[in-house]
Amino acid sequence: MKIMVAIKRVVDYAVKIRVKPDKTGVETQNVKMSMNPFCEIALEEALRIKESGLASEVVAVSMGPSQCVDTLRTGLALGADRGIHVEASVTLFPLSVAKLLKALVEVEKPGLLILGKQAIDDDCNQTGQMVAGLLNWPQGTFASKVVLDKEKQVATVDREVDGGLETLCLDLPAVITTDLRLNQPRYATLPNIMKAKSKPIKKFTLQELNVQMKSDLEVLQVTEPPKRKAGVILSSVDELIDKLTNEAHVI
Amino acid sequence: MGNRRATYRLLTHSSKPLFNRRWNPFSQSQILLRPASGFRNCFDENYRGFQPSVESQKKSFLSCLRLLRDHRGTIGSGIGIGNGIQHRCYGSMAGLVKRNPAFSELNAEDIRYFEGILGEKNVIQDDERLMTANTDWMRKYKGSSKLMLLPKSTEEVSQILKYCNSRCLAVVPQGGNTGLVGGSVPVFDEVIINLSSMNNIISFDKVSGILVCEAGCILENLIAFLDNEGFIMPLDLGAKGSCQIGGNISTNAGGLRLLRYGSLHGTVLGLEAVLANGNVLDILGTLRKDNTGYDLKHLFIGSEGSLGIVTKVSILTPPKLSSVNVAFLACKDYDSCQRLLQDAKRKLGEILSAFEFLDSQAMDLVLHHLEGVRNPLPPSRHNFYLLIETTGSDESNDKQKLEAFLLRSLENGLISDGVLAQDINQASSFWRIREGIPEALLKAGAVYKYDLSIPVEKMYNLVEEMQDRLGNVAKTVAYGHLGDGNLHLNVSSPQYDDKILAQIEPFVYEWTSKYRGSISAEHGLGLMKANEILYSKSVETVQLMASIKKLLDPREILNPYKVLPQSLISAC
Repeated sequence: MKIMVAIKRVVDYAVKIRVKPDKTGVETQNVKMSMNPFCEIALEEALRIKESGLASEVVAVSMGPSQCVDTLRTGLALGADRGIHVEASVTLFPLSVAKLLKALVEVEKPGLLILGKQAIDDDCNQTGQMVAGLLNWPQGTFASKVVLDKEKQVATVDREVDGGLETLCLDLPAVITTDLRLNQPRYATLPNIMKAKSKPIKKFTLQELNVQMKSDLEVLQVTEPPKRKAGVILSSVDELIDKLTNEAHVI
Repeated sequence: MGNRRATYRLLTHSSKPLFNRRWNPFSQSQILLRPASGFRNCFDENYRGFQPSVESQKKSFLSCLRLLRDHRGTIGSGIGIGNGIQHRCYGSMAGLVKRNPAFSELNAEDIRYFEGILGEKNVIQDDERLMTANTDWMRKYKGSSKLMLLPKSTEEVSQILKYCNSRCLAVVPQGGNTGLVGGSVPVFDEVIINLSSMNNIISFDKVSGILVCEAGCILENLIAFLDNEGFIMPLDLGAKGSCQIGGNISTNAGGLRLLRYGSLHGTVLGLEAVLANGNVLDILGTLRKDNTGYDLKHLFIGSEGSLGIVTKVSILTPPKLSSVNVAFLACKDYDSCQRLLQDAKRKLGEILSAFEFLDSQAMDLVLHHLEGVRNPLPPSRHNFYLLIETTGSDESNDKQKLEAFLLRSLENGLISDGVLAQDINQASSFWRIREGIPEALLKAGAVYKYDLSIPVEKMYNLVEEMQDRLGNVAKTVAYGHLGDGNLHLNVSSPQYDDKILAQIEPFVYEWTSKYRGSISAEHGLGLMKANEILYSKSVETVQLMASIKKLLDPREILNPYKVLPQSLISAC
């Protein structure tokens, strides 16, 4: 069985981000970019499944400008067997990504599609769910534990939901999105980095995949959240009432 | 023979000769302390390289020794702080430092005066706060000061010192109190002048990167401030969360990035210091080049508060480069580590920013005692671990360069295994291992800490010899800035024990001296090594240092009992 993992190149999560002065987005020039942490966890899970003998191949997929290849190389260095780069110069929103993933799934025919639950730059948490809908596959999102049963061709997924943990049983092929507690990603060891140099990365363009890129979302403005104001210590209840009425306008 | 050490100390410390009024401690100490000659032969009869050099000196010396040994026996039980003699709590430095009777004792009028200048809130006599201020980070040294002052401006520091100088009150300048040689805490009842309240950033020039700030700014805060502006501090150390820039400068702190950005002697452009008599020395220039006269700021950089209190500093900060890569490697022997260092300097060249090493005992300690730390490499026995960091402006270029270098080294067999951090989080976890070693050592029990500069080829020989000497009694842990030739040799045992100390000192100093190394690469001398300077500097040099001290601080009120041997200062 093949496993496909979608990985995204984002601003490194430890970087202090700054909003661009023209408010069109976040400063990405000269800023360290890395693999989305949830995608790392997704890749780690795929690798563990492969190492336990339940899968034959792990294919890493990334979409975007040419620098995505760096992220794919990292994925290969961690242990993925092949990489696929979908070249796209426009910003891709979740629905577009879901459509592209559907097209790739039809080419590669994996038994399992694993993604991170959300990307740390847009925090959308939509791609996994959308692609499952488009493919009409079962989905197990926010997975904190995944157990595969090869003969029965099912995946048992523990999900972290607001009320606690929910256990689902999904028929394969299925879509799984990973949450933080699923696993701890490995480091890229030098011997693996060396091997990664010879692993293939196939390039696809949007036309080849026959996907219509319709820009369904438009970013109007990106601003910083308002700065926290210092608290004020009041001296009497009258002052409190006065402030609540005249300044905060809540009474 | 634990007494041997004590008697040697007695000879150097006592201002009054114990058995002969006409005996001149100064001339005797010349014989005692010259490293590579009679001294070693006199003391350590078990030393393998025993070769009697100066027969007559040795004879008279041994007779002094015998006399002192008998005399010390009678002092024995009466040692306590009451006698004005401090007995170090963990037994090392079994020598006795005596409180200088020339220093006055605090009285109510002094307190009132200080309250007048600083305000009541900044004159601390509260026991709990004093206890923290009196104890160093390693909890090895504990003073008994009754007063801590928190000045908020240079003017206040100046007034304090002027007063203390006139009253002959000894003082200890204190910053973050993270020093490792007991230099930041009082020995007896010196007044603590803590600069934590002077934590303003005065100015920052975005074009040149010159930062001017007060001495009490915490290093981590400065790093965060500069991060916003796109710059970094030229030094970085594990203690950054607590240490203050004034202290860093007064101790000429080295740290993890010295390899790339050089020492503070190069990056500090100017400073403002208050002298012992209260005069403010303003050399707070912000010029990159200024060859007008003697460059006095260098006197204050590294003199550990014994020549003046640094109150402001202007420092050149390098721009923050976006591409930082960290690799954690394993080597099978020390020779490979060295060759890798040579290669790295050549192949990684301008992007190399840190080169640290730790041995397997250090790694075990960290994994055992620290939470949330895991071994980056697949579990298997490695003898040495290296942490290499590169900093540059071009991400893909740097990564390629580093990868190519590492892969080639792997093929050559210089590295047996390694991992490359893929994001900042992973990089921080590698650094956590290296920066967490001192913390892990503290948690493991008692630790004897040595910080030595030794020629790189010889460095690990010392560790191996120390391991042989100690056997199973204590664990020898080695780590350090291999790129700078700086070894942090630590001996870890469950408890402090004089027998263990006897095996370590003076062997470690003598060994270092033999290879013309430094007995204190970056930690400074403080109290711990106040009498060991002659292992690394000649008598004439130290005499000149003592003259300078006398010139700048004639009443010796600034951080007394530390840095220079007492006997040499009083002999001036």
